[in-house]
Amino acid sequence: MSVITLQVDGRDVAVPAGSTLLQAIRAAGLSVPTLCDLEGLEPVGACRLCLVELEGSQRLLPACASEASEGQVIRTDTAQLQGYRRMAVELFFAEGNHVCAFCVANGTCELQDVAVAVGMDHSRFPYQYPQRAVDASHPRFSLDHNRCILCTRCVRVCDQIEGAHVWDVAERGSDCRIVAGLDQHWGEVDACTSCGKCVDVCPTGALYAKEDTTAEKHPHPERAGQLRRAREQRQWTP
Amino acid sequence: MVALPPCERPRLRCCAASGCRSAGAGPLLAALRAAAAAGDISAGASAAPEPLEVRSVGCLRLCGEGPLLAWDGPEGTRLFGGLTPAAAAALVAQVRGVAPIPLAADPALAGHQLDLEQPFFRLQRPLVLEGCGIVDPECIEDALAHGSYAQLRRVLHELSPEQVREQVRRSGLRGRGGGGYPTGLKWDTVALQPPGRRYVVCNADEGDPGAFMDRSVLEGDPHRLLEGMAIAAYAVGADHGYLYVRAEYPLAIERLRLALQQARQQGLLGSSIAGTAFALELEVRVGAGAYVCGEETALLHSIQGQRGIPRTRPPYPAQAGLWGAPTLINNVETLAAVPVILRQGGDWYAAIGSEGSRGTKVFSLSGAIRHTGLVEVPMGTSLRTVVETMGGGDPDGGAVKAVQTGGPSGGCIPAALFDTPVDFESLLALGSMMGSGGMVVMGQGTAMPEVARHFMAFSVNESCGKCVPCRAGTVQLLALLDRFVAQRATAADLEALEALCTMVKATSLCGLGQAAPNPVLSTLRHFRQEYIAALGPGS
Amino acid sequence: MSAATPVPAPGAVPQLHPQPGPGPCDGDERIARLIRRQGCQGDGLIEVLHQVQEIHGYLPKPALLQVARALRLPLSRVYGVASFYHLFRLQAPATHRCAVCLGTACFVRGGGRLAAGLQRRLGLALNQTRDDGAWALEQLSCIGACGQAPVLVLDGVLFSAPLVDQPKALDRWLTSLGLPAGVETR
Ligand SMILES: Cc1cc2nc3c(=O)[nH]c(=O)nc-3n(C[C@H](O)[C@H](O)[C@H](O)COP(=O)(O)O)c2cc1C
Ligand code: SF4
Ligand code: SF4
Ligand code: FES
Repeated sequence: MSVITLQVDGRDVAVPAGSTLLQAIRAAGLSVPTLCDLEGLEPVGACRLCLVELEGSQRLLPACASEASEGQVIRTDTAQLQGYRRMAVELFFAEGNHVCAFCVANGTCELQDVAVAVGMDHSRFPYQYPQRAVDASHPRFSLDHNRCILCTRCVRVCDQIEGAHVWDVAERGSDCRIVAGLDQHWGEVDACTSCGKCVDVCPTGALYAKEDTTAEKHPHPERAGQLRRAREQRQWTP
Repeated sequence: MVALPPCERPRLRCCAASGCRSAGAGPLLAALRAAAAAGDISAGASAAPEPLEVRSVGCLRLCGEGPLLAWDGPEGTRLFGGLTPAAAAALVAQVRGVAPIPLAADPALAGHQLDLEQPFFRLQRPLVLEGCGIVDPECIEDALAHGSYAQLRRVLHELSPEQVREQVRRSGLRGRGGGGYPTGLKWDTVALQPPGRRYVVCNADEGDPGAFMDRSVLEGDPHRLLEGMAIAAYAVGADHGYLYVRAEYPLAIERLRLALQQARQQGLLGSSIAGTAFALELEVRVGAGAYVCGEETALLHSIQGQRGIPRTRPPYPAQAGLWGAPTLINNVETLAAVPVILRQGGDWYAAIGSEGSRGTKVFSLSGAIRHTGLVEVPMGTSLRTVVETMGGGDPDGGAVKAVQTGGPSGGCIPAALFDTPVDFESLLALGSMMGSGGMVVMGQGTAMPEVARHFMAFSVNESCGKCVPCRAGTVQLLALLDRFVAQRATAADLEALEALCTMVKATSLCGLGQAAPNPVLSTLRHFRQEYIAALGPGS
Repeated sequence: MSAATPVPAPGAVPQLHPQPGPGPCDGDERIARLIRRQGCQGDGLIEVLHQVQEIHGYLPKPALLQVARALRLPLSRVYGVASFYHLFRLQAPATHRCAVCLGTACFVRGGGRLAAGLQRRLGLALNQTRDDGAWALEQLSCIGACGQAPVLVLDGVLFSAPLVDQPKALDRWLTSLGLPAGVETR
């Protein structure tokens, strides 16, 4: 396996060729905030939190969806990037209805973690208070659209790992929402195997198990990567 | 071009493209044909030995005066605008020379003749639109008689793919779809991918409001486009391709389908084209109303029957496009420029235009302007020449305030900067963009925050929703602009507006989001006082 | 976290759409035929949806179900595509459709005022259909008739509306086109 070397925030790091910038950043012992990316799922580069600066380029690169290449010099935490990330988190909070105090994911929510990490304590932009539904038709799980950030992890895990493709994104722009089947109640969609992978990987309290109440969600985002490794490399994580 | 050299046998050319159709070209054409046929009979064999040809053609450029009609004869070409079917008989009588009164005194035609010597026509340099308005777009024999497919035949028999690309590289041609990427370089990238299947795609999604250049090629000279596309396919080694046309262009779709069918029948598409081993299948794919599908990666998804969602690049479509295969995507106008480049040579083409922007560019002029229509001019022509000299300025004689170029991705350029040459770099330097070539002229009465809001509403409506800066950021930008339009913005709003514009521009995934703030940023740059004046009393 | 927002009132929670009806969902022979003709290729989904809409005037759920089965596509993907594109309708269309162009050229020449006048007259917001299904007001973004700006398309026929600056004359003209008068204009 050939190896490439690059520099992240002044640290030299060597990673296998074909690695993403995100993997290189992590290999250097550093981190960037992420929401849509999840190990085991194909990257989409949608949340834009992992954007980094590349020396010699005007364009910012999504670390999760960019391949690292030899000799790159990457900055992950400049004042400019901090400002953009904060604003992106503000936009997330303003476009949905996120009430942490009553949320099943309070304490385990990745959106909440990112907000803390970027120092976002209020949104400069007015809250939109969109009218969104809750789907409690599934016997074991619920989907609260108010908390959905459209990361599409659920869509991808169901399609790429479970192979059921129960979920997809409907509409467009700010009307986008996750749909099951032909815009049906989740519980009515035959394709659902009730495996719960979407609930495991959902970064917020949008998808949750019915038995969990406020602050009781136990997400398992690592499962997507474990399953992928087991399937493709025959390696298990007991 | 519109004016043709004098010809012995008179002929009428009636524009039957969408613009003139919506102004009544259909009934006019029918009336002219009826009058011509009636004249043939009544005049008898001796007086009119030859039937009068009434040909339906593509865009005759001055769309605002439609329906347009050109009369070619021994005196050269005369152009008429806004004729009704009632005037058809009078016109045919004039053409046949049997009218009782001279043309200038004919009440049915007086005031309808348009000056072909005016700058609007005189300063045009038709290359892409060379055949548009002359050839019958529904007749391949006519297109062949005007030289279509001659370059394809020559190229297939005489040049290697590398030699074709060499000419395109030398021409300096840059993509006309908005980005301005060097076409030769893109072709090389596709051609030099590892062996395997390749595709060629024509982007005919023309979604910028106020842009109708590509439509005029599709409706007026589709064979030129097919020829360019076939040459492109040969040059990059593709044997399959798609033309992605927006569903809002039904006539273009119809004519394109007809043209494809005719080209197949003539052995100019399909297998062993022009008697060589080269094979190419082309298909039309129709959009379904999504501006973002003009973005190349979204377009590829749409061709594959998916939601028109862009993805991050690299890999570029030239490396991994349709079904993962290397795919060449070019705009209509880019491909339609190819036959001329091969006919005249890359160096010849490169001698036209300006340093970084070679050749000609088609612009559609609309808005508060006297002459609405299509112009093709050498790159580097000044905005003043295009808007004021050719376009005739404000229709009411007032001063033009600004011109908007580049659609929702571009910006407004104030009249004070009209000496700027129109080329990729100069427009970018002014915070606007060449874009696809739409130019919408604004009069003094147009308020710039309202213009900015208009474009932002467009972007909100067209955002695909994949990435948060565009999906949620444009909504917040629109809300901020609403406050400026309502004259109750605060100084903090102005600050938030600028900060958010910068963020959306820098962090959005695709060109739609990255360019959505441009109309705001450019009006803030050139018309900041209007935003300041819109601050409410409290600030 | 102080990013707290009030929860929408329970009554305001929109209803999800019901399941597609139990009706015969593979039974429409016309749809079956057009899919066969197209070659049952999943990548032809958009073409197929165009043709289904030509048959029905919109995309009824049972038809989407039939399409998904015949093309072997997940239901949610078919719905995702059908709902993404502006030209696909998921509800039966109104009897009469009035579409106003808000492209830039029309905007500069008063398209906004024309739209406002139409909204008042029909008592509808843009992209809204009257409850009785008689009229829908839609918004277009540039149909390339910039030479005639501002324009509106009434039941498929394009009209140029040069009178936007004269409300009375505009109103008379709209009446002559057969548009019902709204409450406010009287
Ligand atoms: C939002 C968006 C819309 C676009 N719309 C079009 C379009 O309608 N027609 C077009 O040719 N290119 C359009 N483009 C540019 C294409 O992505 C692509 O660059 C172009 O088709 C490449 O062809 P060219 O190199 O010949 O210009 C658009 C880009 C973006 C980001
Ligand atoms: S439901 Fe959860 S996993 Fe699915 S898109 Fe929304 S936030 Fe992401
Ligand atoms: S910038 Fe806008 S249109 Fe482009 S991917 Fe993001 S949301 Fe979609
Ligand atoms: S984690 Fe990279 S864009 Fe979301």
